[in-house]
Amino acid sequence: LQLDFWLAPRGLGHPVDIRVPFPSLQPLKAHLEANGISYSIMIEDVQTLVDDEQMEMLRGRRGLPVSTNTFDYATYHSLDEIYTFMDLLVAENPNLVSKLEIGRSTENRPLYVLKFSKGGTNRPAIWIDTGIHSREWVTQASGVWFAKKIVQDHENNEGVASILDKMDIFLEIVTNPDGFVFTQTQNRMWRKTRSRRSGSVCVGVDPNRNWDAGFGGPGASGNACSETYHGPYANSEPEVKSIVDFVKSHGNIKAFISIHSYSQLLLYPYGYTTTPVPDQKELHEISEKAVAALSSLYGTNYKYGSIITTIYQASGGTIDWTYNQGIKYSFTFELRDTGRYGFLLPAKQIVPTAQETWLALKVIMQYTLDHPY
Amino acid sequence: DIDDVGHKYYLELELEDVLDKDSTVNCTAEVLYHLGNKNIAPDVQFTLEGELKNTDEADNIFYNRVKSLEKELVAENIPDSHGNVPPEMEPIHLLAWVASGYVIWQNSTENTKFQLAQIKHVKQVKRTDEYLEFDYMILLHDMVSQEIIPWQMTVLWHPQHGVQVTQDSRQPKHASG
Repeated sequence: LQLDFWLAPRGLGHPVDIRVPFPSLQPLKAHLEANGISYSIMIEDVQTLVDDEQMEMLRGRRGLPVSTNTFDYATYHSLDEIYTFMDLLVAENPNLVSKLEIGRSTENRPLYVLKFSKGGTNRPAIWIDTGIHSREWVTQASGVWFAKKIVQDHENNEGVASILDKMDIFLEIVTNPDGFVFTQTQNRMWRKTRSRRSGSVCVGVDPNRNWDAGFGGPGASGNACSETYHGPYANSEPEVKSIVDFVKSHGNIKAFISIHSYSQLLLYPYGYTTTPVPDQKELHEISEKAVAALSSLYGTNYKYGSIITTIYQASGGTIDWTYNQGIKYSFTFELRDTGRYGFLLPAKQIVPTAQETWLALKVIMQYTLDHPY
Repeated sequence: DIDDVGHKYYLELELEDVLDKDSTVNCTAEVLYHLGNKNIAPDVQFTLEGELKNTDEADNIFYNRVKSLEKELVAENIPDSHGNVPPEMEPIHLLAWVASGYVIWQNSTENTKFQLAQIKHVKQVKRTDEYLEFDYMILLHDMVSQEIIPWQMTVLWHPQHGVQVTQDSRQPKHASG
């Protein structure tokens, strides 16, 4: 019969596993039944599994992901792998996810935003970005996880079903691709963009000081060699300008969340001035709820408050600009940890970080849905 | 505020053992940042309310392991880009934490917030006496300026005599990255 024992006979009372060639199936079944030996089918067709594995291995050898279901969310990926992931996600879910190119980086890399939408035209929307500071690797990795999570949960009510029924979600996973590639090839601690300016040997502008909100004021540096260099003028960086253009032309973004690491903080505007925002009380209450949800999962401790009172004065920041544009629910996260690993967060913390952060994001998104303006 | 002297902070801290989250010790401290001269380290007084765990056994194992190495210990990028620290390097990592704590203290002002970001390079320097000596090149991350500052430090250690930083110096940053 050419039976291939994968779990060999050991003695009475011990099961055996057998791979059975097709022609032998009937005779074997007849034999087992005639002798009152019970059996169950563990794998219907081994060949299918072998074929899948072959395909996986061939593509895996090129290093690129094959499907978002076999993608490893618990490790850090290259830019190519993340861009491939995006295309896979769109291909697997064409009715929910699309990919937009909102511009090009200094080194001419495409800037991609994933749009999650169940339809409508220009619905009120939520914007989430990760990776604006390239060394903050847990953020891009969490962005990838969020993308998959939205797809997994888009029909379920504990997920984002009710949010997506009325609103769209925009997610920019690698907001600073030039910086990201630089962290993988040259300097793991690179933060800024990679723009060059004549007159300086130093490269890059801090994309979170380049926005037109208190631009150039205290809380940013005018020195091109500094990590917080604001750039020659507001929106000088294409990575920033493309988001500005997108937000302005969309015109209907209702919540804007920019994600950083590390410090474990949830922040709302302002960073450039001590003057509290008019909606301070409301933003503070939302933050309290969001942080409670986040902590409920693994007990991770977060502080929250305005940028300037909680972290430091910072001018030209993203959410100061978005708030001043009228996007009331503007928040910044600083994810894990508080300094033990800092930017070098072990990969095994990616998924727990993403999971807990997602709970906080859902609070903000749900609140935005429930409080239209 | 203490006129003509500086700013004094009174702190109540809970110290948590990095290797055993359930093990905590309370601590009170007073920190005085001196007015004017930023080249003086802040004064620190502290009282531990309880005892720190005894680590003699682990210390001795590590000490003997390094002492018996044929070639000097050398390592780079701890943790690596993905946050990994090989288990045998964990004591080297912890030693750097302690030693960098001293460097951070000596260089702190009210406008800095330093963390050890990474060990770029560490090399053991063989000695004829009982001490272990390591030459570290570390990266400090200052949260306030967001700068990554390379710093060299020479560290002496012995299980019974503790940690000493015998030399340390700030290194210049690279221009383009």
